[in-house]
Amino acid sequence: MSHHIVEARDLHYIYADGTPGIRGVSFRITHGESIAIVGENGAGKSTLLLHLNGYLLPTQGTLRIGDYPLTKKNLRAVRRTVGMVFQDPDDQLFMPTVFDDVAFGPLNLGLPVEEVETVVMQALNTMGVPHLKDRPPYKLSGGEKRSVAIASVLSMSPNILVMDEPTSGLDPRARRRLIEQLKSFDHTKIIASHDLDMAVDVCERTIVIHQGGVTADGPTLALLQDQVLLEKSGLEKPLQMQNCPLCGQGKPQLDKPGLTIED
Amino acid sequence: MAKLDKHFFDIGYMDTLSAQQTPIHQLDPRAKLITSLVFITIVISFGKYEISGLIPYFVYPVFLGAMGNIPPVYLLKKLLLVSPFAVMIGIFNPLLDRDILVNLWGSGISGGWVSFVSILIRFVLTVGVALTLIAVTGFNAVCMALDRLGTPRVFVVQLLFLYRYLFVLVDEAARMVRARSLRTFEGGGSGIKAYGPLVGHLLLRTIDRAQRIYRAMCCRGFDGEIRIVKPLRFGPMEIGFTVGWSALFILMRVYNVPASMGSIIMEFFK
Repeated sequence: MSHHIVEARDLHYIYADGTPGIRGVSFRITHGESIAIVGENGAGKSTLLLHLNGYLLPTQGTLRIGDYPLTKKNLRAVRRTVGMVFQDPDDQLFMPTVFDDVAFGPLNLGLPVEEVETVVMQALNTMGVPHLKDRPPYKLSGGEKRSVAIASVLSMSPNILVMDEPTSGLDPRARRRLIEQLKSFDHTKIIASHDLDMAVDVCERTIVIHQGGVTADGPTLALLQDQVLLEKSGLEKPLQMQNCPLCGQGKPQLDKPGLTIED
Repeated sequence: MAKLDKHFFDIGYMDTLSAQQTPIHQLDPRAKLITSLVFITIVISFGKYEISGLIPYFVYPVFLGAMGNIPPVYLLKKLLLVSPFAVMIGIFNPLLDRDILVNLWGSGISGGWVSFVSILIRFVLTVGVALTLIAVTGFNAVCMALDRLGTPRVFVVQLLFLYRYLFVLVDEAARMVRARSLRTFEGGGSGIKAYGPLVGHLLLRTIDRAQRIYRAMCCRGFDGEIRIVKPLRFGPMEIGFTVGWSALFILMRVYNVPASMGSIIMEFFK
């Protein structure tokens, strides 16, 4: 299906104060792919994500989302296609109750009221939080907020899910649950994260960003074991690929041992 | 600090109250808005020394609150919070207007005191009704009613954001005050010197945060129009509510109910 393609060609963005955000990013993502966008703090991940929903328009280069090139005129269609989950769920939840919040998007899309209720409950069920529907969002726990924030985007049934640090601030079990949920979605997923272990679990492909440019684009497992690449991009190997600090043995021995115990 | 947090949740409690399912909550927001506007206009239209004529008007806020299951203590607290404004408006009346207006059990009461009390009663009535209206309708629904009744959208959206960003502002302020108080010890850090940067930062942080929220709203298709799930229907119930109450307000404006009741009782005793 051609309408799920995200294609960036030589994307540049310079902030109003002259700081370059991203410089010369190009990639092509096709239907159903799960992509991790990784990079150190300030590498340009968030700036890149803000282009994907048209909040920022590139200073130079082109971005194509689905059938539409990203222009002011196409914003509505682009936002319909791309569901964006922000890093801080507090930024995303602003209605008096969880139900209203999840219904906000579908109502704005002009869905009839009866349908909105079905869609909202479906989204809440997918995230496993239908019991929260009448609660005010600001009283939820961090994990609940995250689930609701994702439900509020799922309810608009976007083709492409874009997420900024979805696992940040979650306890290990909530994180694990989220990873399983993400794996079960058949959307095209673009996930920016520092959680490289999550990237290994959820995304088959990774794009490494460093100082506003793409330094590598390829299979997650291969890239995240490339010590030289990671070093150059200011990253570290995912924990599950590092050797056990106690016994000195790692799981996949695809690379030379990194950590050993020195007596 | 804890106080600030508490007030924040307290304002949010309005939204919780508005999510109830009483018959009053289920009325079309437009009916409640129009009726409350008629109420406020008529209450304001009374002369400056009027007290007795205003008393019967308490029936409307009490009715709304009781039917809408709104805890009276909560509302009274909120009223008390804003009361300084009303008190400031009327506080000089007793000093400026010293002509004796009423004689009560031998002691004269000046016109200033009477008008001061009148201002306070009006304040309780109008602000009380406004607060109750929001508590039984929800702020978003009130804004939507304003929109549907032809208020320019720019104003409605301003109002909506004002309310939303109030939470953002308080939230940011609470965090900053918390951070400051944890690093404040006796004799340092709490003075005016720290306040300047604190307030400046608060503004910048709030603008930043507001922008992120706006971004999130845009992502979910916000275009300035307010939509809510509750279906709008101006049926016989709504017409009855609006016409009935408005007629009563006008009737109570034309006839001073306590005065006529008083004279009836006096007739009886003659």
